[in-house]
Amino acid sequence: MERTETTPTYSSHTVSLLVENKPGVLHRIAGLFSRRGYNIASLTVGPTERPEYSRMTIVVRLSSKTVEQVVRQVQKLIPVVEVRELSPVDLIERELLLVKIRTPERNHAELRALAETYEAKIVDVSPDALVIEASGNSGKLDALEDRLAQYGIQELCRSGRIALERGFKTLAPPNLK
Amino acid sequence: MAKEKMTGAKAVVRALEAEGVEWVFGMPGGAILPIYDALYDSKKVKHVLVRHEQTGAHAAEGLAHATGKVGVCFGTSGPGATNLVTGIADAYMDSVPMVAITGNVSSALIGSDAFQEADITGITMPITKHNWLVTDVRDLPRILKEAFYIARTGRPGPVLVDIPKDVQNAELEFEYPDRVDIPGYHPPVREEPRLKDAAALIRGSSRPVIYLGGGVRTSGAYEEVAKFAELVGAPVVTTVHGKGSFPETHPRCLGMFGMHGSKFANYTVQESDLIIALGARFDDRVTGKLSTFAPEAKIVHLDVDPAEISKLVTATVPLVGDLKLLLPQLTEETRNAFQTSGRADIAPWWVKVNAWREKHPLRFTAQGEEHIMPQHVIQRIWEKTQGKAFVTTGVGKHQMFAAQYWKTSEPRHFITSGGLGTMGFCLPAAIGVQLARPDALVIGIDGDGSFQMTLQDLGTAVDLNLNIKIFILNNLFLGMVHQWQNLFYDNRLAATPLSDRPDFVKLAEAYGCLGLRARKPSELEDVLDRALAHEGGPVIVDIRTRQDEHVYPMVPAGAPLNDMIEGN
Ligand SMILES: Cc1cc2nc3c(=O)[nH]c(=O)nc-3n(C[C@H](O)[C@H](O)[C@H](O)COP(=O)(O)OP(=O)(O)OC[C@H]3O[C@@H](n4cnc5c(N)ncnc54)[C@H](O)[C@@H]3O)c2cc1C
Ligand SMILES: Cc1ncc(C[n+]2csc(CCOP(=O)(O)OP(=O)(O)O)c2C)c(N)n1
Ligand SMILES: [Mg+2]
Repeated sequence: MERTETTPTYSSHTVSLLVENKPGVLHRIAGLFSRRGYNIASLTVGPTERPEYSRMTIVVRLSSKTVEQVVRQVQKLIPVVEVRELSPVDLIERELLLVKIRTPERNHAELRALAETYEAKIVDVSPDALVIEASGNSGKLDALEDRLAQYGIQELCRSGRIALERGFKTLAPPNLK
Repeated sequence: MAKEKMTGAKAVVRALEAEGVEWVFGMPGGAILPIYDALYDSKKVKHVLVRHEQTGAHAAEGLAHATGKVGVCFGTSGPGATNLVTGIADAYMDSVPMVAITGNVSSALIGSDAFQEADITGITMPITKHNWLVTDVRDLPRILKEAFYIARTGRPGPVLVDIPKDVQNAELEFEYPDRVDIPGYHPPVREEPRLKDAAALIRGSSRPVIYLGGGVRTSGAYEEVAKFAELVGAPVVTTVHGKGSFPETHPRCLGMFGMHGSKFANYTVQESDLIIALGARFDDRVTGKLSTFAPEAKIVHLDVDPAEISKLVTATVPLVGDLKLLLPQLTEETRNAFQTSGRADIAPWWVKVNAWREKHPLRFTAQGEEHIMPQHVIQRIWEKTQGKAFVTTGVGKHQMFAAQYWKTSEPRHFITSGGLGTMGFCLPAAIGVQLARPDALVIGIDGDGSFQMTLQDLGTAVDLNLNIKIFILNNLFLGMVHQWQNLFYDNRLAATPLSDRPDFVKLAEAYGCLGLRARKPSELEDVLDRALAHEGGPVIVDIRTRQDEHVYPMVPAGAPLNDMIEGN
């Protein structure tokens, strides 16, 4: 019997949590990840349809076996009502990107066209700079970032991932009020 | 129950009474004074003044270990709270139910680096099942109810409730809830256990072994385990926390396995084709090098904590749930499988196991006239008491000698710090045990190093007139570390020799209790007899044991389980 994983393959996993909206909850979760050595690629937290609960989306790069362990450890935290790895197939994921490009006005038209291709918006314009806002999955934002690089990125800021699954399935367990 | 107006401090005491708490261990200070003041009036809850909060936490653990009840300890803000940390961490590692209650500075001062302020909820987050900083006095009854509930249910463990002083003084309409509603806490499990698959594996196995851990103790499933073991007829091995869950005097019990388990127990595990793990967590002290652990064995793993399943060793069939509920079902399922389809013959396996048992028994050099052998001391105490005692230990060689030679046949009777390995556990745990079991014989097997970590609470034991008997196997060494230096560090004895200080007999006398000493084998019997016969308070026995007598067999850290070093 094989006792240890031979060569674990690491890939990106999206773990979604429904947590009680109480002080210290983020600390508990972040602390668990750090003390068990699970690296967080991104973490977002925000309100949900119920004010008593928040939703956290945590992206980790780990082997599948380790992710299972992560989910079970996280489930043990009392304020965590539900936690699940979201199926990569059914995943609707979004990130937000804000990027400031410093570029002379003559390039603006070109950038406008580029932004349009990526369904991005220009949200601020000044004579020698503009700010672009884009949202989408991480692949799309990576691609946009690449294209913008040649214009000189002055400042860039990206949110963590938020995600839901397609269909009627929800994270909240049925017994939740 | 009608609501009653009272302070938060009073509410704490009422909650303790409602939970049936008889003993709390602690030391007061400014930030917890309102609770102490309220406790002063309680007719039901008795307080034990310890000399160090760590001791209080270990005493609470001792009580919990011996009874299964939740142990309770108190500490004031800042240093009082941080002194509890080792005891809380110990309880966390060994799944011991505990409620720690700390006072904190007033709410308005929190976060201002106030005098004796410590973020104890932050500090203990990784070593508690859960903790609370109470910000509204009206939450207190619910939080305390949840605290006790979480501490004792599912996989038991410590929790901490931190109560700012103003919250203790504030008033509320008290009503203790009779149920809890915690949406994120589900000790019961959702998946259907695969009992049929497990039974099929058991039926087909010709080299099964049953591996019992501390979960048997916490679930109280002794009879269920006995019935299952009777049906399956396999050899039974235990962890150090499984000791006593199945009588070690039973012919099918091979005792403890692991780093310092017997060769025959380790060989049995290593060569088995099926390991049935019941409430045990495949700790590295028992598996040896993980990739070589029991290479041919399939694993049935029953545990109440899903996170333990396949954490280290992948389970062929996981069974998540409470042993007490699930094991009888597994027994029935197995019985059915045996009846309908027969089972593999395990007689040849027993021939093998018994041959190992005969060829590689636990052994040590017979005691001559010069040196007292530590193993001999433990055997003699066992013989003199017929093993009818609670045993607590420190951490080190003496602990492992006790684990090897103290044959334990009663549940909850072998009490030790396994997961954290906390030196200083012996005396405080013995205090907690003796309070909970006033009529029982309570024996401590301690080391000279370990004893000195918490000896200040000899005063507490004398105050309470507890008849605990602490046998210090005194080798003037941090012996376990000495052993490692001896074996793996060229015998370079960096910081392990301990000076012959203090004089433990005089120390005992200074505390007002009996102190005895045996230096030579010829002095041993008399000293043991006197110690065991003594009544009217604690007795401390300083037994000078052979210094270079190490614990064997031994699996070196990181070696395969069957790769054991033997002594002389
Ligand atoms: C110097 C030293 C040497 C040591 N050498 C050894 C050694 O040779 N051999 C050895 O065995 N240990 C040894 N230990 C102890 C070791 O470190 C571990 O503490 C011990 O092996 C863990 O025991 P356990 O697996 O029974 O788990 P525990 O820590 O007792 O955990 C109990 C398990 O049961 C589960 N459980 C709890 N309640 C229930 C329930 N109701 N139903 C089902 N499951 C439940 C829990 O989830 C958990 O997984 C040594 C310690 C020290 C300090
Ligand atoms: C609090 C603490 N500090 C250090 C250790 C490391 N340690 C493990 S065993 C040991 C020696 C114990 O000496 P003693 O109590 O005399 O027991 P012996 O091994 O000599 O029987 C030490 C220092 C520990 N387990 N706990
Ligand atoms: Mg010693």
